[in-house]
Amino acid sequence: MSSRRASFAQSRHRFATMLPVKVWVGIAIVLALLYPYIIDQLLSQPDDLLDASIVTLAYIMMALGLNIVVGFAGLLDLGYVAFFAIGAFVMGWLGSQQFPDVNGGKGFHFLTPGKSPLGNMIPGIHINFFLVILAAAAFTAVWGIILGAPTLRLRGDYLAIVTLAFGEIVPRVFENATSGFFGIGSTDFSNGRQGITPIDKINLPWSDVPLKYPLELKPVFYVGLGMVLATIFLNVRLRDSRLGRAWIAVREDEVAAASMGVNLVRTKLAAYAIGASLGGFAGAFYGSYVNTVNVDQFEFGISVFILCMVVLGGLGNVSGVIVGAITLTMVNRFLLPKLNNVPDAIGLNFDVTSINFGIFGFLLLVMMVLRPEGLIPSGRRRLELHADDDTAMLVDEPQMYEVRHDESRDVG
Amino acid sequence: MEAATIPSEVGAKRPSPLAFLSENILWFLFGAALAYYLASDFTTTLNDVKTGLSNGTIWALIALGYTLVYGIIELINFAHGEVFMIGSFVSVSLWQTLGVTDATSTLLIVLSIILATLAAMIACGSLNVMIERVAYRPLRNAPKLAPLITAIGMSFILQNVGLLWRPTPDASPDLIGSQKTLFTVLDVGILHSDVFAVAVTVPLLIGLLWFVGSTRYGKAMRATAQDPDAARLMGIDVDRTVALTFLLGGVLAGAAGMIYAIYNGTIQFNQGFTAGLIAFTAAVMGGIGNLKGAVIGGLMIGVVQSISDTHFGQVWTPAIVFAILILIMVFRPQGLFGEEVREG
Repeated sequence: MSSRRASFAQSRHRFATMLPVKVWVGIAIVLALLYPYIIDQLLSQPDDLLDASIVTLAYIMMALGLNIVVGFAGLLDLGYVAFFAIGAFVMGWLGSQQFPDVNGGKGFHFLTPGKSPLGNMIPGIHINFFLVILAAAAFTAVWGIILGAPTLRLRGDYLAIVTLAFGEIVPRVFENATSGFFGIGSTDFSNGRQGITPIDKINLPWSDVPLKYPLELKPVFYVGLGMVLATIFLNVRLRDSRLGRAWIAVREDEVAAASMGVNLVRTKLAAYAIGASLGGFAGAFYGSYVNTVNVDQFEFGISVFILCMVVLGGLGNVSGVIVGAITLTMVNRFLLPKLNNVPDAIGLNFDVTSINFGIFGFLLLVMMVLRPEGLIPSGRRRLELHADDDTAMLVDEPQMYEVRHDESRDVG
Repeated sequence: MEAATIPSEVGAKRPSPLAFLSENILWFLFGAALAYYLASDFTTTLNDVKTGLSNGTIWALIALGYTLVYGIIELINFAHGEVFMIGSFVSVSLWQTLGVTDATSTLLIVLSIILATLAAMIACGSLNVMIERVAYRPLRNAPKLAPLITAIGMSFILQNVGLLWRPTPDASPDLIGSQKTLFTVLDVGILHSDVFAVAVTVPLLIGLLWFVGSTRYGKAMRATAQDPDAARLMGIDVDRTVALTFLLGGVLAGAAGMIYAIYNGTIQFNQGFTAGLIAFTAAVMGGIGNLKGAVIGGLMIGVVQSISDTHFGQVWTPAIVFAILILIMVFRPQGLFGEEVREG
């Protein structure tokens, strides 16, 4: 099939190696930093695009987190949205008026301005955003381990279904946790379907005044960008670490990895914990940015949406996943609303935005059938997929992250 | 597939009581819960059991589709719940087009129900075959997660087809007076819908078991389930057999969709997702790949649901069913009957 594909890959490779990696990274960071000003110059209504971009940042973090679980460690997690939800709810609990009775109605404040513009104390727990994201990451990491531990001996599609079931249970627990969890206690943890709103704005540590989004979007963009850069750094460092190599070994062949001395339990749990904590990190940012945390934001579709980003970009490849996340979120938040009048124009009556998940489903299907390694496959995976020639697409693929039919496994 | 399991040795020595308990743990847990609730409130629980069994027939029909497909190609057909949803939509659309309502004469209602059943079965059967052709067959030799991901893609596409097709939630015409009591046993009112669900399901189940167990095609299916390569060597057209399996699964899902529309009175585009998960739980409970297991699992899940509705509230029921799914998959992947599945 594909001398054309090969030549494209070659020319891309030539282009990519034209400059050292560090220079490319530098260019990308500078572009990202200048981005709000660039679109200011180019567009008359830059806020629309900037708003979509900030949401994109949250999704990049999530996609990178899922990339650790699915891409590096090869554990297909269909319930990733659960961690997004937990992180967002931590933000809601620690940065809103959800618990009005705390501290005798005077509220609990830490590194946040405690007084409302009128001068009285704001009730509820209000902790500085930068501490909350750390708390959210830690809390979701614990949940990653709790939810991951029972699934350790499952593989492949069974693992996928169990994680999917977790992803369905968590939102339902939040939805019904209006009088304590499972009726224990009587505190309202979630405000039911309405959700927690408003959420505290991000408050820079050196300033007394919270950021003023949605009126001013640039500062919150830079906060998000900083978080994304930290996430990318973490991802790359982990990939190249001892742990990262262990993940890839587990993905390729669990039994071989275990016999080489890789501790399967610790390796897999680390993947769940770190992946989950990035989800929580992103969830807290997203919750604060959209100013509300409610269960409807955490449906199964979001798990698939994020998975779609990872698959589209190329499982296991950091830059591919980032490209996938940017493409899909931008299409979803920015492009599809603009296409809303297209069906009308050809005589059909529906909103393009309402069928966005159908479009992503189609994308997932087409990608998986035609180009399963993603738009930008990781070098390693490209070698696996096209070992001797290009036609060795799927048939000869070694059993990456796959269920294996070993008889030795003890099911019962 | 049930026929694929090796019969246990005749002269094997009797297991110790503890091993017996752990082998049949799901039965004991289910029986204990049922006994507890029957003891605490007999009539309510009996009513729950009745509702659960009739509702469970729908899950059983869907679960069979999962289990057939998993038995033969070890794939979780994630889009199966959506095929079921399309079955409901086809039936309701047909009734609306024909203008059938509860005021129509009995003969016409019966005819229209038969017509809708056939239409839903044909539509869903061919849809399922098409899904296999487009989304799974190209990936037959790919890593196992690839077809799972295309299955999710397919399920989202179908959901959105449903979303564009009909307003949601949409009312189904109440053709049989679903909520009317037909007769009463032990203070439990048997509703029209209960009888209807059982009356449609039982012949289908018998037909399916006969087809898989006694026909040439069924034999080909069982052979393919056991060993596709050997089956191919024996001259079985494996691709066609797999397509036939999907056809059967789709046909049952279509019938389930029709029953669901009448039974529940409302249909919506996302009914397939939850129903699919519940039915999948049922299939896992019965030991995935095991046809009779899927039926019994479906009925049991139905009972668990209705008891949970009464005692924990409807909001918690999905969470409870999913928790059961997780517990079974983690601790007892071989399901009720303790038969080894091919992959866990």
